Amino acid sequence: MEIQKTIRKGSVIFSSYEKGSAIKKIIGLPREDILLELKTSKLKGRGGAGFPVSTKWMLTAAAIEDEKYIVCNADEGEPGTFKDRVLLTEYTELALEGMIIGGYTIGAKKGIIYLRGEYEYLMKPLQKKIEEYKNENLLGKSILGNEEFDFDISIFLGHGSYVCGEETALIESLEGHRGEARNRPPYPVNQGFMNKPTAVNNVETLATIPHIITKGAEWFAQFGTDKSSGTKLLSISGDCEKPGVYELPWGTTIKEVLELAGAKNTKAVQVGGASGICLNKTQFDRKLGYEDAGTGGSIIIFDESRDMLQVLKNFMEFFVEESCGQCTPCRIGNVKLLEGVKMIENGDFTFRYLEKLKELAGTMQVASKCGLGQSSPNPFLSILENFKDEILNSVPGGNYER
Amino acid sequence: MLIEEKSSLVREIEEFVKLYGKKRSSLLPILHELQNKYRYISDFAQQEIARQLGIHPVEVYGVISFYSFLNTEPKGRNLVRICQSVTCDMHGKENIVKAIERELGVEIGGTTKDNKFTVEYANCLGLCDQGPAMAVNDRVYFNLTPEKAVKILNEAK
Repeated sequence: MEIQKTIRKGSVIFSSYEKGSAIKKIIGLPREDILLELKTSKLKGRGGAGFPVSTKWMLTAAAIEDEKYIVCNADEGEPGTFKDRVLLTEYTELALEGMIIGGYTIGAKKGIIYLRGEYEYLMKPLQKKIEEYKNENLLGKSILGNEEFDFDISIFLGHGSYVCGEETALIESLEGHRGEARNRPPYPVNQGFMNKPTAVNNVETLATIPHIITKGAEWFAQFGTDKSSGTKLLSISGDCEKPGVYELPWGTTIKEVLELAGAKNTKAVQVGGASGICLNKTQFDRKLGYEDAGTGGSIIIFDESRDMLQVLKNFMEFFVEESCGQCTPCRIGNVKLLEGVKMIENGDFTFRYLEKLKELAGTMQVASKCGLGQSSPNPFLSILENFKDEILNSVPGGNYER
Repeated sequence: MLIEEKSSLVREIEEFVKLYGKKRSSLLPILHELQNKYRYISDFAQQEIARQLGIHPVEVYGVISFYSFLNTEPKGRNLVRICQSVTCDMHGKENIVKAIERELGVEIGGTTKDNKFTVEYANCLGLCDQGPAMAVNDRVYFNLTPEKAVKILNEAK
């Protein structure tokens, strides 16, 4: 598979790294030291939810069980996100070493990469890399001569389901079930895969960890902001001259991102993929970060020529298709929101009904079982609010004419 | 299905169960193998997998119907999946779809008469920076033009 290779610049993940150096450093260290280092770094999950890594690993490490698992979540299904593809293609060793460090820290002997079915072509190169690590004794039995540390990594292929990126749905899928999210608690850190303590981490989170181990938590925390430390990989696509994966410190404004990507006449920016929020021109000063515009890294740029209602329709069609159908707010809610979008498209809506739909969207946000239904109303609410002049007020009476 | 075909399928599933282990978590890997080979999972195969894994056939069917890459009806020899996510859509997905539909004489969702192609939509192939994109079986193609897309399909076996 030839995917264009570019020289990537970045201060953390894309900075230089010597293969195996983090593993050499941790072998023999007490786990508490590693956990403390991660705590000082304030590293938060890069998949989008932003849960502190040190807490997740500490809880998994504290659980008393013989068997534990660490899962690398490579089910990158969010429209507009492709950073994990780049990481797994060009920086495979970082993700693998992140898992090995995780295994050592939480006391797991098995790591599983949940690879989305769409990335099946990455399976062979990944397996080759795992073999290479085994041959160098960085994986397998008694890693680097430490008799107490055995760790193996296997790859599990997904089958084209967006919701399996949600950690409990992912675990259900690993166990051979439909990818339907579980009730929480119990949390995966206590009862995850096969009811054993399981840490599920995003590829990017894991790929950041070897750098923190080798270069130190303070070095890492100097990038970004106080609440969002470090850098973030952004998957930039849409109307710009230079789409691709960029590594930028948290706290970067949307405006700076647009300049970097060479975007002109930008009307809107969707931050966080289909389930994220859509910003208009007046909001381009907002900063990327868990405290402001949080994101799993997807930035989709729309220029003046784009029809925002069509964009919204595309997103809602996606959610209707990908909702697992388990809980009512998500199953019915997304269909109703899509109907609403079609009503606007046909110029056949009332503002009163739209208000009702907004209420429904609020209900979905609080009552849905997993992140899918909780976040799928985001584009509906933000696009209708931020682009109401274009969508609802362009024609007297609110009729939408194409 | 001929009796011989049935018994060879039974043996094949036995091999997979041996390889992946007789446990529920082997279900998806086994389904993946059969899907790859036969391009669908027949009623008989579903029942046989269920019997060998010791679960109800409905469980197997439930899993197949959940995942979009698994199906219970045969598809064409080559599965063409065109990315319909927003950036591919912005960069001319519609033209690619129209060109392929014209060229193959089949509508999206359908299978050509010679059984060579099934054409479908896919949700985000993770190539948004290089759209429009499509996948043919397990290979992906990007920066497509209608001409390029048709050429790729003409080269498929």
